Amino acid sequence: MSLKHEIEFTLNGVKRKVMVDVRMNALDMLRDIVGLTGTKYGCGEGECGACTIQVDGVSLNSCLMFAVDCAGRNLTTVEGLTDQPRGEALRDAFVEHGAVQCGFCTPGMMMQADHLLAKHEHPDEACVKRGLEGNLCRCTGYKKIVDAVVACGNAEPTP
Amino acid sequence: MSLGDTKSPFDSEEDPMTELKRYFAPTSLDQAVECLKGGNVTILAGGTDLTPQSQAGRIKFRETLMNIRHIPQLSGITLEGNEIRIGALATITEIMEHPLVRQHLPVLVEACDHFASDQIRNAGTLGGNICNASPAGDTLVPLLVLDACVELASMPEAKLYRHCMPISTFFTGPGKTRKSLCELVTGVRIPVPSPDHRSRFYKHGTRPALDISTISIGIAGDIKDGVISNVRVAFGAVAPTPLRATATESALEGRHLDAATIEAAAVAARDEVNPIDDVRATAWYRREMIHNMTKRVLENVAQA
Repeated sequence: MSLKHEIEFTLNGVKRKVMVDVRMNALDMLRDIVGLTGTKYGCGEGECGACTIQVDGVSLNSCLMFAVDCAGRNLTTVEGLTDQPRGEALRDAFVEHGAVQCGFCTPGMMMQADHLLAKHEHPDEACVKRGLEGNLCRCTGYKKIVDAVVACGNAEPTP
Repeated sequence: MSLGDTKSPFDSEEDPMTELKRYFAPTSLDQAVECLKGGNVTILAGGTDLTPQSQAGRIKFRETLMNIRHIPQLSGITLEGNEIRIGALATITEIMEHPLVRQHLPVLVEACDHFASDQIRNAGTLGGNICNASPAGDTLVPLLVLDACVELASMPEAKLYRHCMPISTFFTGPGKTRKSLCELVTGVRIPVPSPDHRSRFYKHGTRPALDISTISIGIAGDIKDGVISNVRVAFGAVAPTPLRATATESALEGRHLDAATIEAAAVAARDEVNPIDDVRATAWYRREMIHNMTKRVLENVAQA
């Protein structure tokens, strides 16, 4: 028998109420219950970063989070990322620099890059590499991804 | 993942095991410790270890899954008298960025900086790293050299009971601690080091991110006129628990940090550890690394 629990949270700016299995992780909830499949399952143990989302303003691996632990919190997934100007700029930078090859790591990369840019407005290459070290890409060799994030940081006007 | 690949404290054979029947998210410490009275509770904090371990079937849930996130007494980093108190729910990122920790406990910042990845640092908690009791737990070595105490809460009768236990006596084996099933770790207390205090952390792994330590070393002491005193040395991933290295400490205590002292300490360190062969390294390699890196860290301290 599976134990269920009802939770309420904000997802990409919209209030949600869903019934989840208490054992379920947040990634499975997003993909299988809410139906947002932008967030990817890569390794299931926090090594690859493909499932990266933001919760209360910080990035984390949704595969390492219990769905019930989303209760009362504010979630952003890749589907909501481009609602914000920074997310939009990041998407454009990824396109411009050819930072997407097969695309599987891209949602996690963008969510983590967005968090990085929130903390460091104008990161240099070393800072970007450090910030993305929890995200694996098997196609690009990372260079174009790092270039895209650095460019995005530089493109933003200095306050 | 740095939170460890060892057996979990929730996993020992003699414990009662039943089907998961209840999810509980207490909003006060009293509610939480009352819930723990029966002992048949799996505790959820950051979830970075419990989620994958439970999904893989390596951890079986107890009757109640208790999410401690909403208990205010478990959060925050504060200066209380001559101690820095770090709440059990403080994430690795919060610790690493906190001004009190950066000012007084740089060795802990160094260890947090080597911890897993940004995503895991943002979610994983100090209490979780402690209760997980991995021999390779990244924060445990600095907590040992900082002489931290683990705060525990329980409700033996009708009232909340709190006490502290030195972290040097807390770990009993891989994934095993002296914490009873009825107790909750609420935080750690770390004495503010003296102005002469110097400390260093070193972690060896095959890549910077997301690696579980092959070995880790923490060394702390007060240095005055080249003489080191109040020495504390701790090693990770070279024994069933992270441990204080008392023989290495004796080789250093009260001595001038010259080449002979440093070599004697490095030899004592090599003889003192008890590593195993595993996927990350052989026991021989770990002993050699402990010798060589203890030497390097001490030389670094001596020059600072």
